[in-house]
Amino acid sequence: MARKLTGFLSRFYLLLIMIFLYAPILVMVVLSFNSSRSRVVWEGFTLNWYVRLFSNHQIMDALINTLVLALASAGISLVMGLLAALGISAMRRRGYTITMGLTNIPLLNADIVTGIALMLWFIHFMPLSFHSVLIAHVTFNIPYVILAVLPKIQQMNISIYEASRDLGASAVYGFFTMILPQLTGGLVSGFFMAFTMSMDDFVITYFTKGPGFNTLSTMIYGEIRKGIKPEMYALSTLIFVTVFALLLVVNFLPGRQEEE
Amino acid sequence: MSNTTRGFKWLSGPYLLWCVGFTVIPLLVIVQYAFTDTTGAFTLSNILAILDPIHSKAFLFSLEIALGCTVLCILLAYPLVLVFRRLHLSRGKFMLFVLILPMWMNFILRLLAWQMLLSNNGIINNLLIRLGLQPLAVANTWISIMIGVIYEYLPYMVLPIYNAITDIDEGVIQAAQDLGADSGTIFRKVIFPLSIPGLKSGITMVFVPSMTSFVIADLLGGGRLQLIGNIIEQEFNRSMDWHLGSGLSVALMVFVLISMAFTMKSENVVEEEGRQWRVN
Repeated sequence: MARKLTGFLSRFYLLLIMIFLYAPILVMVVLSFNSSRSRVVWEGFTLNWYVRLFSNHQIMDALINTLVLALASAGISLVMGLLAALGISAMRRRGYTITMGLTNIPLLNADIVTGIALMLWFIHFMPLSFHSVLIAHVTFNIPYVILAVLPKIQQMNISIYEASRDLGASAVYGFFTMILPQLTGGLVSGFFMAFTMSMDDFVITYFTKGPGFNTLSTMIYGEIRKGIKPEMYALSTLIFVTVFALLLVVNFLPGRQEEE
Repeated sequence: MSNTTRGFKWLSGPYLLWCVGFTVIPLLVIVQYAFTDTTGAFTLSNILAILDPIHSKAFLFSLEIALGCTVLCILLAYPLVLVFRRLHLSRGKFMLFVLILPMWMNFILRLLAWQMLLSNNGIINNLLIRLGLQPLAVANTWISIMIGVIYEYLPYMVLPIYNAITDIDEGVIQAAQDLGADSGTIFRKVIFPLSIPGLKSGITMVFVPSMTSFVIADLLGGGRLQLIGNIIEQEFNRSMDWHLGSGLSVALMVFVLISMAFTMKSENVVEEEGRQWRVN
């Protein structure tokens, strides 16, 4: 009886948290099909916003900026973060402590301070636009890659790399055949984390972007007073559904195979 | 460590250069702005401006929001993680999936959705009125800011605690059961102590952003309630007093780093793991 009750309470609590997490998302999805431009009143079903989305140059430009930024910053962070993590794990205690301290700064510091500090530095030598935002995103993304890859490096079997070197493999060949395959899991999750953080960032982009360059977040923020275009809800729903499908494939297909 | 892999340490060269160029130098630049006035002369007034009544009020309000948010996230996270464990959902990546997915709905749009849910003639109040209940009056109050920060940062509390708790060997818990511990005792004596590293990293990941966010207060506080982040943002984008804005940022940063150093005092988990590998 008590076991049943706790079982029921567990499920009920899970349901409440799910409602809390997904209520705002449901609101956006419903609004993307609402034929009214008004925010709260339902006036009937339409796919109009999905059609008009693709001819809205402003939204499409911001989408492309956001995606290019996320891909480029996650890619650069992946390479630099992997090399950094390999280096860090070979350091002696003092170098290790200093480097990990530096790595923690962007993670611990408030976004607003990071964004403002970068902006104040950038204006000394470069215009604020795509490149400044890219540098900023790489800066806050590398720590996520390092933290994802470092534990995998610590778990990996380094002897097979050393054996391959003793048997005459070049450092590069040994790296690609002996080390990289052991780190795939950490690299994938590091890249995914970095991509997500870049897509979801608002504050740091806002301070480092300069006029004329917009990501989806900064464009939406600029439009709040004029009213959000319903096309934005449609785009967000599409992004959400795409990621949902991707995650479903990535997470649950391999898991099922393992169980069998 | 063999001679073959000792040379690996040079691989972090590009990253260290990057750190100096885009982490260390920007912080020196903001400190320089903070300690000078528009003529370039040294001054402490930008830093001390945090004691000004308007600023200190916003600072204390931010602190209240951040503490409240951190405590509530902890209280929500533990039962959630335990429920996942009980329902055997902790295997696979279901938890990660459920918590990360909402991050793909744009940050600003998520907050606008909460604005619509919570506003006085919003969705929740419409539902309450239809059910014959009293509507809520939380729009533009600290309560809606609190809901916003909890919504945004709860995953950052849940994930590290979850990671710490799923790492606990099932055998340890079974041993406690065999020795007669009830589930309350198991939580207090086994699960909670082993989850502390996760809890600490959760606290650092929730406390700082919930204290410094300006967008959440902007959208859900109706512009009347200001966090310290709002004041700093306005110094940069409306008042154009960059030196004052930098001074307040540096004061905030020092506070954040000191309080985090305090939380992380015994937090050497990553370092321990790192050393293990180097010994081998």
